[in-house]
Amino acid sequence: MQLRPCKVAGKITKRKSWSEFPKWEGVPRFELFSGFMFESLQRTLGDAIKRLRGRGRLTEANIREALEDVRIALLDADVNHQVAQDFLERVTKKAVGQEVLRTLDPGEQILKILYDELVVLMGPVDASLPKPGKDRPGVIMLCGLQGQGKTTTAAKLALTALNKGRKPLLVGADLQRPAAMEQLRILGEQLNVPVHIEPGTYDERGNRTGGPNAVEVCKNGIKRAKELLRDLVILDTAGRLHVAEMPMEELRQIDRVVQPDHAYFVCDALTGQDAVNSAKAFNEALELNGVILTKMDGDARGGAALSVKEVTKVPIKFLGVGEKLDRLEEFRPEGLAQRILGQGDILSLVEKVSKVQAEIGEEERLRQQKKLEKGTFSLDDFRKQMEMLKKMGSAKDLLASMPGMGNVIPSGQDPDQSLRRIQGMIDAMTKAEKADPDLIDYNRRLRIAKGSGTKAEEVKQLLNQFEQARGLMKMFAGQSMFEKIKAMTSMGKMGAFAPGARIGSKGDTGHRKSPRERAMERKKKKK
Amino acid sequence: MLGAIWQKLKTGLARTRDLFTGVAGLFRLKGRVDEAFLAELEKRLLSADMGALVSRDLVAQVRQSFLDREITGDVEAHVRQHLRSLLGDDDRSFHLAESGPTVILIAGVNGSGKTTSIAKLANRFHKEGKKVLVAACDTFRAAAVEQLALWAQRTGVEIVKGQTGADPASVAHDACVKAQARGFDILIVDTAGRLHTQTHLMRELEKIQRILAKQIPGAPHEAIMILDATNGQNAIAQAQEFQKVNNSTGLIVTKLDGTAKGGSVFAIKQKLQLPVKLIGVGEGMDDLEPFDPDAFVAALFE
Repeated sequence: MQLRPCKVAGKITKRKSWSEFPKWEGVPRFELFSGFMFESLQRTLGDAIKRLRGRGRLTEANIREALEDVRIALLDADVNHQVAQDFLERVTKKAVGQEVLRTLDPGEQILKILYDELVVLMGPVDASLPKPGKDRPGVIMLCGLQGQGKTTTAAKLALTALNKGRKPLLVGADLQRPAAMEQLRILGEQLNVPVHIEPGTYDERGNRTGGPNAVEVCKNGIKRAKELLRDLVILDTAGRLHVAEMPMEELRQIDRVVQPDHAYFVCDALTGQDAVNSAKAFNEALELNGVILTKMDGDARGGAALSVKEVTKVPIKFLGVGEKLDRLEEFRPEGLAQRILGQGDILSLVEKVSKVQAEIGEEERLRQQKKLEKGTFSLDDFRKQMEMLKKMGSAKDLLASMPGMGNVIPSGQDPDQSLRRIQGMIDAMTKAEKADPDLIDYNRRLRIAKGSGTKAEEVKQLLNQFEQARGLMKMFAGQSMFEKIKAMTSMGKMGAFAPGARIGSKGDTGHRKSPRERAMERKKKKK
Repeated sequence: MLGAIWQKLKTGLARTRDLFTGVAGLFRLKGRVDEAFLAELEKRLLSADMGALVSRDLVAQVRQSFLDREITGDVEAHVRQHLRSLLGDDDRSFHLAESGPTVILIAGVNGSGKTTSIAKLANRFHKEGKKVLVAACDTFRAAAVEQLALWAQRTGVEIVKGQTGADPASVAHDACVKAQARGFDILIVDTAGRLHTQTHLMRELEKIQRILAKQIPGAPHEAIMILDATNGQNAIAQAQEFQKVNNSTGLIVTKLDGTAKGGSVFAIKQKLQLPVKLIGVGEGMDDLEPFDPDAFVAALFE
């Protein structure tokens, strides 16, 4: 920042330099001046990801936590607060209970759900222009507040139509602003598109005192288009600074008399919470067919689009992305969703997700098989296997549907419930414990039992069973899941389905082993 | 003075009462300050484009001080006082050069109301008996010069024009020469609307500024950014970029007579120390008022 002496009322004063500004709300100064508002979503989502890392399933609690940050980010993007709230409710409902895909962070997963929802919400895509009727051209009416970019957009639409092989004609029906008519005339000249204006007369305060009214101008414009054999008419109507001052009756009259095929609401991407108010008013006055979002070439996130879309429920047709007349783009919800979320790499994330989804089953199987062969099968993998079993349906149904397997379930025990208890115990272990169960001593067992609402003995049983299962798994490596289950169940009541049951392979050694002996034995088994 | 602006802001609101639910109604509720009350307070602050951070901060304060207590005037007073203190007590007057012309540079994004604000500003100085010259440096937008010329004619001030497509800096140069040679008191420089992200246009603005400083010592004495009150949180990015490029000295907030409350000025003041100098409260020539922070906060409540 350059310091510039400023001569103020004869005195030389120096502007404050950045470093003299106070800290604000505990935000580090650097961030304060590096546009943290605009990158806040990236940062908050980053936090959300960190907070959620390592949690296997999206629960209501952890989603709400992350979505509070997302809410702030949506508000920073100028999404209307009510729209943001409703939207996040829907996302929460969708996300609760979803499994986090293996190679994704929970934060990434939520981001993907958010993105998908946004895309759905802002779709569908429809950039079509009205076709000419039998005896008249297609007619588009543009409406919106003053300063949103209606006149420029009218010219941009004309150019878009030209490029599509149409023959447009522009009508300047904004009679309150003589300069608007002049602007349209000049733009039409640049594009070589005929412009219909009827200047009229004005008093020195700028009030129109003579000449046809807006409805007549529009009617005459269409008549002229027919004479000139144009097949598309674009009406640039009057705007006011505020909704309350809008000449809605005039617009309604044009709508009634001229009967445009399409009415588009032109809205500025910089608009804040007020977007809802104006969209509502225009939507009530006219039957809108589309929205054009202007000034998208700035760094505004364009959250207003979401608000407007929610209120009007009509497609967003085009985006104005620059001052030049060729800077009108067809709307693509993917791009805007990405922008509102402020996450640059979201498309690669989307790709990643679908790839993961396709590969996950196959990959997981191969990975676990490899682990089995190497003997590095951990409690985590054990839990995952149970999870996979669960996905095939309830353990009870699954086993019951296999011939001769009904008796696997010990009487009086619900296998589904047993599975859940085991999962709870594994979830209560630390990462290190899961990777190396030998770490788990008496104190750790107590802690795990406490953390999972089970008993220390049950934890011990689980560990024993896991030990046995690991041995067995090694033997069965390479077989399919069903073969494994078959093999395991054929050995009797054992394994995950009957915690407390023991596998008969462990012989009686005649004496109680010391912890040291047991450790040695485990080491031997591992090899 | 407070009364007059208040009245204007209020009439703006009255027309749109069905659309706007102010902060004040909330404090007339009976009962205790609970989470539902706080959520509603946040909602209303957000509706005024205060932004998530400012709103959340204020709500957190109210929660800390008043949770589970009866809703009384104290809560309202606290919120009012907090909002008022955010706006600070800056010198909001226009700094005039001791001798020679005072140069006021006007910039802002497209459609924010630059030309109208210039007309109002020119009218204001003109009425004070000052000799006012406007420089039409918006040589980009079709018919922008004509629009300003029309305003100048109505106000009765002089104008320096360039051809469409001409270098705006050269128009600024000519205007400076004319202002000095003919003894004008005030030179108001209109510039083309530009999004703060368009680097080439921001450089152009820098160039205009350089030319002004070279021609008239100390110029521009005021560099004003025009902010549209209906803009949302992007206003902060705008202010930040314009401040960086042309050392803005203050804001004129336009379109405050509608449903938009312009709450982003709180964050702008907090982060950039940029005061609001004037506000636009209507389309008439006289609808430009000094910014009164008390009235502004009051308008949020009424």
